[in-house]
Amino acid sequence: MKIMCLAVPGKITEIYEANGLLMGKIDFGGVTREVCLAYVPDAKLGDYTIIHVGFALNLIDEKEALETLALIDEIDNLGSDE
Amino acid sequence: MKYISEYRDARLVRVVIEEITHTVTRPWVIMEICGGQTHSIMKYGLDQLLPIGLELVHGPGCPVCVTSLEMIDKSLAIAAKPDIIFTSYGDMLRVPGSTGDLFSIRASGADVRVVYSSLDAIKIAQDNPQKQVVFFAIGFETTAPANAMSVMQAQKLGLKNFSLLVSHVRVPPAMHAILGSPQNRVQGFLAAGHVCSVMGFWEYEPIAEKYQVPVVVTGFEPLDISQGILQVVRLLERGTHQVQNAYSRVVSFEGNQPAQKMINLVFEECDQKWRGIGVIPSSGWRLKPEFQFFDAAERFQVQNISPVESPLCIAGKILQGLNKPIQCPAFASQCTPEHPLGATMVSSEGACAAYYRYGRTS
Repeated sequence: MKIMCLAVPGKITEIYEANGLLMGKIDFGGVTREVCLAYVPDAKLGDYTIIHVGFALNLIDEKEALETLALIDEIDNLGSDE
Repeated sequence: MKYISEYRDARLVRVVIEEITHTVTRPWVIMEICGGQTHSIMKYGLDQLLPIGLELVHGPGCPVCVTSLEMIDKSLAIAAKPDIIFTSYGDMLRVPGSTGDLFSIRASGADVRVVYSSLDAIKIAQDNPQKQVVFFAIGFETTAPANAMSVMQAQKLGLKNFSLLVSHVRVPPAMHAILGSPQNRVQGFLAAGHVCSVMGFWEYEPIAEKYQVPVVVTGFEPLDISQGILQVVRLLERGTHQVQNAYSRVVSFEGNQPAQKMINLVFEECDQKWRGIGVIPSSGWRLKPEFQFFDAAERFQVQNISPVESPLCIAGKILQGLNKPIQCPAFASQCTPEHPLGATMVSSEGACAAYYRYGRTS
């Protein structure tokens, strides 16, 4: 894995502990990787997260994601009214 | 929702680009800090869709590119020693040092291994108690939580054969350096979304205020970047210099608290040398004195290094947004991804590599 700042979202499919660390399995559209979940202690199965160098650094907020898309749709609708 | 296809929707990207075109009334220069964003911009051709006069310049947010030549030379010196397993994120292996790179050291017999995560290096140290395992702990705020965790794990596991060659950099001091330069052209910023996922974006408010520049936290998909540009353009046109968040599904104002806590536990701020740019005050992290035991530079005594940079490479100017890769006489001739003169041609986040890969060669 070469890329340090780019990351794609993956889905948490397993959560467990190893060496005293919260770990998990993440499904990236069919490819599964083990990652450390220590920085997202509230993670639940099925949550989407963005991984950097083997660590989940945040959970994706679905409500915020939908709002961003809705904002863009709004621009689109305004455009078509002209 | 899978959080990918929605943000690569060409129709929605066109909607946002059209809105940008409607909004712009005069030329503006916007810098995307992160090399990952530079690559997305080139990959999806966003630079070619923007209205004429709206210029994107590429920032220093490529960890591989800005890791100082001294540090690369130190990594080569340590990796060449006997009974060492030198571990690194993959991109670092091809970065040219004064003489050779980690690949060439490996070819001459050294044990240099690519790891995906700092915890892989910990595992290698556990599995090889008779060897010294060194991890090249480079990067911005995105890798710092992982690198810090490896120190805590090594301590917890009592690993005496693990150490780190630390060369960390931070974004906000680099923005100060760019904006404070008399040659500065940048009028607004796309802040790096994943750095902000760790650190939040509270650090940018004093910068926006001091230099009167808008800063918009931006993600990496084409729709994220278009939206970030639109928000910066709106702020520029209005003459306001707010900090806004266009990546709220991932980034919060305060950032990831457990990650910041771990960084602050293990690292402390230090002046840091950036390759091609020079020393930027307080722009780095180093191990705190209580973790000095894990400092590979101390353990292997590689302090006296006199690096020699390629005289042709203009990476420093590119990383400050002063030049574009195509303005370098060596670009795509003497300097290619196969034979890079500077780190910006190596990394998957380097601006020169992005221009080369996506055909911006003239």
